[in-house]
Amino acid sequence: MPWTAADPVSGAVALAAALRGAGMPVGPDRVQRFVEALDHLDVRDRTDVYWAGRTTLCAHPEHITPYDAVFAAFFDGRVADMRRTERMPARRSVAVALPSSAPDADQSRDEEQSALVANASSVEVLRRRDVASLSPGERAELDRLLARFAMPGAQRRTRRWQPDRVGAIDRGRTVRALLRSGGELADLRHRSVRHRPRRVVLLVDVSGSMTPYADALLRFAHAAARGRQSTEVFSIGTRLTRLTRELHHRDADTAMAAVAAAVPDWSGGTRLGAQIKAFLDRWGQRGMARGAVVVVMSDGWERDDPQLLGEQMARLQRLAHRVVWANPRRARPGFEPLVGGLVAALPYVDSFVDGHSLEAYEHLADVVAGRR
Amino acid sequence: MADDATSTNQHHPAGAPDLGSPAAVRSRLAEHDYLADTGLSTAIFLALRTQRPLFLEGEAGVGKTAVAHTLASVLDAPLVRLQCYEGIDASQALYDWDFPRQLLHLRAAEAGGIRDADAIEAELYTRRFLIARPLLQALETSPCVLLIDEVDRADDEFEAFLLEILSEFTVTVPEIGTLRATEPPVVIITSNRTREVHDALKRRCYYHWLEHPDFEREVAIVRARLPEISERLAREITAVTQALRSADLLKPPGVAETIDWARALAALDVHDLEPDVVMATMGAALKYREDQDRARRLDVGQLVRQALAEV
Repeated sequence: MPWTAADPVSGAVALAAALRGAGMPVGPDRVQRFVEALDHLDVRDRTDVYWAGRTTLCAHPEHITPYDAVFAAFFDGRVADMRRTERMPARRSVAVALPSSAPDADQSRDEEQSALVANASSVEVLRRRDVASLSPGERAELDRLLARFAMPGAQRRTRRWQPDRVGAIDRGRTVRALLRSGGELADLRHRSVRHRPRRVVLLVDVSGSMTPYADALLRFAHAAARGRQSTEVFSIGTRLTRLTRELHHRDADTAMAAVAAAVPDWSGGTRLGAQIKAFLDRWGQRGMARGAVVVVMSDGWERDDPQLLGEQMARLQRLAHRVVWANPRRARPGFEPLVGGLVAALPYVDSFVDGHSLEAYEHLADVVAGRR
Repeated sequence: MADDATSTNQHHPAGAPDLGSPAAVRSRLAEHDYLADTGLSTAIFLALRTQRPLFLEGEAGVGKTAVAHTLASVLDAPLVRLQCYEGIDASQALYDWDFPRQLLHLRAAEAGGIRDADAIEAELYTRRFLIARPLLQALETSPCVLLIDEVDRADDEFEAFLLEILSEFTVTVPEIGTLRATEPPVVIITSNRTREVHDALKRRCYYHWLEHPDFEREVAIVRARLPEISERLAREITAVTQALRSADLLKPPGVAETIDWARALAALDVHDLEPDVVMATMGAALKYREDQDRARRLDVGQLVRQALAEV
């Protein structure tokens, strides 16, 4: 139904439904706020209604474009056909499964092999195996092992204090103790500077050349990000997608399904330079990369001019505490960093590590935590 | 609800009579040299009317903080500012006990020969030994404008804490009891979007995304802030900053930078923007070497001519 001044409440509810149809999260409390706002404005005035809705129903700048489209259609009474055409692409079917490693001819041989290995040592073997060459059974085992991962960043000093046995005198606590004992100086309390882990930012390459590793890397990212507010995850390929929210699901498979639905550029080309620039412009420079440990998980294949990648990596290094590059192909025999993008990026990387096996991920976690 | 809001507005010092519509809000802000567009003035109007916080988001330097400052002078109310930073907690945002004073009081009581321990203790935990930090200050000063600046810099636990205070406008101090605002303060929350602020907090507020102003508005802003500058120079400087904004810089200059730059030119007694003057004073607006390099490659003379042709 189009907007009528006679019945703004039904109109508001219908507009909210249309926005929901376009993929915006408009809850009943927001609708209530919208109606409340209309109460103070002129419901016959398009501008008033527009701004009442925009300040109450939108919560991010990204909401403004769909809101504008839906609002215009709604106000002109074009709402019925709008629902089909304006849907946001993010709401894709979850049925798009994660591209797991392509089953190849080696698979059956691998299964025979793994059946021969004694169960006790299978974990040890799995630790060193290249993720791209696993059988489905081994992959499930790997997923279980990955789920136990935790990856705190290196420690940083905060401005805050914590009680300690030694260190500077804690005036507040000492005085409080004094007050309790009626003014007698019983003993001095001390405090020391509190340390906290740094923020960790993971940039996971999901382009075509990384397809065999993308699933394992994202599961690793899930384990690292889960339950940790300070870890941020992005996928890079032809587009930059923030996955932090999707990865906050506790269950790994649910999180992977959410990720699959959110990433628009699976197995596409790679424009690393442009994506790192997009990350720095939108998030990094404002604060996310500042003082953080930034991990780029990519093989360094760059479709565009590697010079841009070099410039952006230099910028990243100036902002971040530490830049780590994990490359799944590094462990291959005869590996030389000759790929254009990698050559341009490496001068600005603090640690260049493997990224192909469980053992490599354990090592990576140590590097990120500043233990190596 | 509507009657309620109107009645509270009446004993507001500069309330109901002249802030009764978005247009009125807009003209009052303009009197104080803040040129708001329809969206912002509607958002401010709604926030004042329904006594909800206003959540302002936008690039650095678009005038988020200035909204609070201007609103404080429009309402003729003091501005209480809480600057957020990583690790901020209740003792910096809300209240703290004044331990040295408590101690002094205790010593004085002892020296005076008072031995009643309970009475002394009761005295020690009273309002006079409480240091009010910004949030408590804002609840105790009414009317006032509370500016919670750069909330995205604080940790998200702090957001939950803010949410609690902003929904009730009360503070409970265990030793004293509940302190309540006689009249809820006007709350402005700003964020630079270094991270996403939790939806629960946003839901409580009116949300407004502040954009850079268009050319004419920005010229008017510069003229309003710096009356000593000629119309011609204001146009020239605005044309250059607007062009820089679309030039893919690391840090595009905001309105604050336009004003800074204009002020620098005024200090140099410049009346006409020549390319060499632009090069020499660029540091007022561009704070990265890469950005300055890029700006040098732009044809400033062309930009200025274009801007003047539009007059």
